Amino acid sequence: MASTEIVHAHAAPQGFIRKYVFSLDHKVIGLQYYFLALIAVFVGMGLSLLMRIHLIWPTASLPIFGDIKPETYLMFVTMHGTIMVFFVLTTAPQGGFGNYFLPIQIGAPDMAFPTLNMLSFWTTFVAFVVLIAAFFVGAPLHGWTGYAPLSAVPSSGPGEGLGADLWITSIALFCAASLMGALNFITTTLDMRAKGMSMMRMPLTCWAWFITAILGLLAFGVLAAGGILLLMDRNLGTSFFVPGGLNFTGQTSFPPGGFSPSTDLVKHNGGSPLLWQHLFWFFGHPEVYIAIVPGMGVASQLLSTFSRKPIFGYRAMVYAMLAIGILGFVVWGHHMFMSGMSPYSAFAFSIMTMAIGVPSAIKTFNWIGTIYKGRVRFHTPMLFAIGFVSLFVSGGLSGPFLAQPVLDIPLHDTAYVPGHFHLIMGVAAIFGIFAATYYWFPKMFGHMMNETLGRWHFFITLVGTYSIFMPMHYLGMAGQPRRYSQLTEVAYLHPLIPLNRFMTYAAIVTIAGQFIFLFNLFWSMAKGRKAADNPWEATTLEWTTATPPPHDNFGGRTPVVNHGPYEYSVPGAPRDYVMQNDPATAPVH
Amino acid sequence: MATLSSTVSVKVPQTRQGGGGSTPPTFGGGGGNGRGGNGSPDYGERLRRARLGLAVGLTPVIMLFVSFTSAYIVRQGLPTLDVRTNTYVHDWLPVNLPWVLLLINTVILVVSSATMELARRQITRQAALAPVTSIPGVSLGEERKFPWLGITVVLGLGFLTGQWMAWRELAARGFYVATSASSSFVYLLTAMHAIHLAGGILALLYSAVTSLLRKPVEARRIVVDITAWYWHFMALLWIYIFALLEIAR
Repeated sequence: MASTEIVHAHAAPQGFIRKYVFSLDHKVIGLQYYFLALIAVFVGMGLSLLMRIHLIWPTASLPIFGDIKPETYLMFVTMHGTIMVFFVLTTAPQGGFGNYFLPIQIGAPDMAFPTLNMLSFWTTFVAFVVLIAAFFVGAPLHGWTGYAPLSAVPSSGPGEGLGADLWITSIALFCAASLMGALNFITTTLDMRAKGMSMMRMPLTCWAWFITAILGLLAFGVLAAGGILLLMDRNLGTSFFVPGGLNFTGQTSFPPGGFSPSTDLVKHNGGSPLLWQHLFWFFGHPEVYIAIVPGMGVASQLLSTFSRKPIFGYRAMVYAMLAIGILGFVVWGHHMFMSGMSPYSAFAFSIMTMAIGVPSAIKTFNWIGTIYKGRVRFHTPMLFAIGFVSLFVSGGLSGPFLAQPVLDIPLHDTAYVPGHFHLIMGVAAIFGIFAATYYWFPKMFGHMMNETLGRWHFFITLVGTYSIFMPMHYLGMAGQPRRYSQLTEVAYLHPLIPLNRFMTYAAIVTIAGQFIFLFNLFWSMAKGRKAADNPWEATTLEWTTATPPPHDNFGGRTPVVNHGPYEYSVPGAPRDYVMQNDPATAPVH
Repeated sequence: MATLSSTVSVKVPQTRQGGGGSTPPTFGGGGGNGRGGNGSPDYGERLRRARLGLAVGLTPVIMLFVSFTSAYIVRQGLPTLDVRTNTYVHDWLPVNLPWVLLLINTVILVVSSATMELARRQITRQAALAPVTSIPGVSLGEERKFPWLGITVVLGLGFLTGQWMAWRELAARGFYVATSASSSFVYLLTAMHAIHLAGGILALLYSAVTSLLRKPVEARRIVVDITAWYWHFMALLWIYIFALLEIAR
């Protein structure tokens, strides 16, 4: 045998269980993550549809849930947010595509610790099951941010008993799973790159997954700490987050002699709800970058590939992502401007937050520079990559407004805020997932996805999501509060009802459009046009191997990397691109 | 380098393989060892990767305790509303730690860290000599195998028992989990450390099991090596926690 033969960390599995269920293969685990996210996204989307319907027809009885009480609406809010943030936006781009393509793109046979990788997925799966179980005992009301003391006192409302315990357990499991995943991603990136694959030759997708893993590694431990304190407050009677003097007995009027501390008030004293907010947002702000940074990597990869041009400013892209990651850890206070923080702290957080605009602008500039004067091929993945940039800009531009305390104070807790974060964190990241799906589908399943259906899906989703979330900004400026289940009874909101109605119609159309995607996904797996090994004429290592890749990724061969990741339109080359493992003598830019 | 023993005995030549001898490799189950062909597993690379993984893996542990520390300091300085008088008061109650007992525990843990290091060096030596002993016909003199790992496990369990006694003592002095924020933090920090240390003990027991399963000494060495670094980290972490609880009362 050739001396270059790589010894794979584990032999190809034989039985069905080891092959498809408890598999150690990063590709199978990646697909498991992807399909878990696919199930989760339809649950989360269904909840958002119920919320939109309830907002414009508040008296209508909904399927399964019947008449919607305010607390039922808040359960939808909580479950929608938690499912989407954790089990879709964190799971699909990183756990799904990162798992599948990071080892292949750096030329490794597998992740560094395959068993840990499997554990990570199954822990995520159990976390999802536990979260869904909260539905059946009454889901909590406290939103995905779990603000104390609502989340810290079991008697504070319906769903805050067992439901909230399940919610916290699910989050804690998810933390553990994400930490295992992050550990694996970082070790793999640092230690398992093929010969010649220096850090600065890695595709930007790999940089994005690497940086995302570092963010997760530093952030999830803090959320776990907060979760442990919350569980102690709820079950052991401690007072980390629960102040004294709270009344949760359901009495609506203030008794003449004041509340009796022994019977009416919670048995806590001296805790600080703000402590929870600090711990939560120290995790929470990096978490939004955990959702969006992989999308940035995918957009960079695709814009370069489909414009047939090298990425504009590779190093600047890497440093910008690093800067976004680092700044992400010092801006959590901008979620808490309303908490009565010192104006000096607010000022510091505000400056830091607006500083994120600089690396973000560098990225946007470079994306536009990449497609400028390119020979652009408008395949579906490219459309979604362009859509990602569009949403990143329009969602991002409202960021500097919210970053200023003087503007945030009137806009806080209005529909402006969900408008902002849905565009940039929700829909932009989802567009990254769609772009990645259309782009890598041929490699994963050996078939092409249908282009016509893909275009329909793209335009419906782009126009639809803008129609849903752009108006939210206007609603917010007009003073429509978020999280309220009833808007029709308030006089000053009456002029906004037609706009709300339009958004609900847009949501129905957009959600219907997603079934085109679902159909395309499963239909193409079986009936799609057979894919060649490199259908997009791309340069990175996953396109040098068979479709779908063999168990050890490169069929016993070890790739040797001689070129950077984005050598397109190379003068003098026989093709208009030079692949990363082409001989060192090939012409490059 | 160790010297070869002068007594050389001739053994029946036998091949010695990591995964499954001369039979085709079957799937190992644990996810580490089935490997094809004649290539000998690169334990140096695996050790480096495992150490890197451990260093990365300790980061969230540090973040966890950094979070607890910041919560501790914030809560300590926080005035709280007394609902009876409607005034802000400082309710931080300094905990009367059983510090003699905790000092004994600290000594036990530091000693266990030393025995752990001796165990690590012992198995490193064994692993270094393994290629020599696997040569047919070569045998080394019996090395005295002092059970450092077993001693470390016993000392670790002793530390956990000592912590349990410290909690009993705290309760006897009237400090329960919910008595005051300060006592909540004492139980929280010591319990979180104890859970992490128990994880280290489980890893040591796992390495004992691998020794029973006759895994190659190089593979067992990796488990012992990274557990040793983890163990040292746990000792340092305990000293930090003890200092925090004692100094920032």
